[in-house]
Parts: sequence; structure tokens; C-alpha cells
Amino acid sequence: MADFAFWLIAALTLGSALMVVSSKSLLYSAYSLLFTFIGVTGLYVFLWADFLAVVQVVVYVGGILVLIIFGIMLTNKISSVNISHASVQKGVGAVVVLGFVGALSFMVYSTPWIQLPNTEPAETTKLIGNLLMMDYLLPFEAASFLLLGALIGATTLSRKDD
Amino acid sequence: METLSNYLLISSILFSLGLFGVVTRRNGVAVLMGVELILNAANLNFLAFARFGGMNMSGQVYALFVIVLAAAEAAVALAIIINIFNNFNTINIDDVSELKQ
Repeated sequence: MADFAFWLIAALTLGSALMVVSSKSLLYSAYSLLFTFIGVTGLYVFLWADFLAVVQVVVYVGGILVLIIFGIMLTNKISSVNISHASVQKGVGAVVVLGFVGALSFMVYSTPWIQLPNTEPAETTKLIGNLLMMDYLLPFEAASFLLLGALIGATTLSRKDD
Repeated sequence: METLSNYLLISSILFSLGLFGVVTRRNGVAVLMGVELILNAANLNFLAFARFGGMNMSGQVYALFVIVLAAAEAAVALAIIINIFNNFNTINIDDVSELKQ
């Protein structure tokens, strides 16, 4: 049963990711991206990362996807109903990417991975919080500076010149 | 079955699809979607190695930082794309080859 759910979620993720890169309509791509994010969230739950799964839903589905849809709306004329976008050099791109994924999957299945014994933690939030405040305090502060810079930079870039 | 190899296979396919989107799409927003797919694939790798490497929580912390970077990147990239649209009236990134109008 768990196996079936795992492969179902994997198929949902990869199928909607294929829709994202192959759909003719830009809005359909954006909506497919929603299902990709939700599928990746399911995989996070399978990987025992419950806090990361919640963050994924809040940040990606609630933030980034809304931003992307705003971007689509703002960069197309409202009168042109057909929001389409073309792809170029699909054949060459597909050949290169198929070769790439073949090489990667050969590497994945031929490498003898060392797997350590693991147990499911009761709660990951406390462990992540401890790590953030102790081992990763400097990256944490750097990330807050980066977010401040991105906030100011995005507002400065997108406002109209007076 | 849930093994490390299966997670790595899923994430490499997701990465390749994102790469395909980045190299074939010419709409700026669509290229951004491909980048988001690539970042998700990288996160999936971090979490898979974290779980099968003895439930090492550092992998999850790194995935959290990747999500933070993705949010900042999406905001700035969309500001740039909207600016390009205001200046050139198109977001086809092949047409935007001039630094100066």
C-alpha cells in the first residue's frame, strides 16, 4: 500500500513536471507546477521531513506560484486571451536531456550507496531549530540579510520611474 | 519501493525536465518555472541523502536554505522580467539582446 502511494505520488510529480515544460499555454504550465509542488511535498513526507513539507506548501504553493501567476498576468496584454508560448529546438533539447537522464540513472543504479541505519524522529522541528540556532547560525543570519536585500532590490527594480 | 536509488532516479528525472524547460522555453516566466523544478530536484536529493544517511538533520537544514534562496530568486527574477516587459514590450528572452535602447 505504501509502495503504491509512493509510486502514485512520484508519477503525479513527474507527469505534471512534464506538463510544465511541454504545455502550449503558459497558464496551464503554472497550474501544472502547482501539482508538481504538491507531489514533491508528498515525497518529502515519505522522506520523514514533515516540517520541510509544510514549508514547501507555504513558500512554494503560497508564495512562489502566486508570484509566477502574477508575473504571467502582468507581462501579457489583458486583451490577448491566448497566453501561449513557443518552445524552440525541442528535438535537440530532448535528445540531450534524454542522454543526460540516461547517464544519471546509470550512475545512480551502478553506484554502491552506503546506507546507514535510521529511525524516524518523533519531531523534526525541534532538531532543525536547534541546528539553525547552533551549528548554522551564520548561514541563518546571512539568509536574513539576503532576504532583506531581495526585498529592497525587487521593489526598487519593479517600481516605475518618477 | 522506497530506496535511495529510487529517490535519486525521481530527482534526476525532475532535474532533467527542468533543464529541458530552461533550454527550450523562450518565455522568461517559463524559464523561471524550469529553474524552480531544478531547485526542487536538488532539495529532493538533500532530503533523500539525509534520510538514508542515518537521518542526518543537516540535510534538512540545507533544504530549508535552498527554499529561502528560491523565494528570494523568484521575487528578484520576476521584478527583472516585469522591467524587461516595460522596456521592450516582450518577454521573449531571445529578443532581449540589447543592453541599451
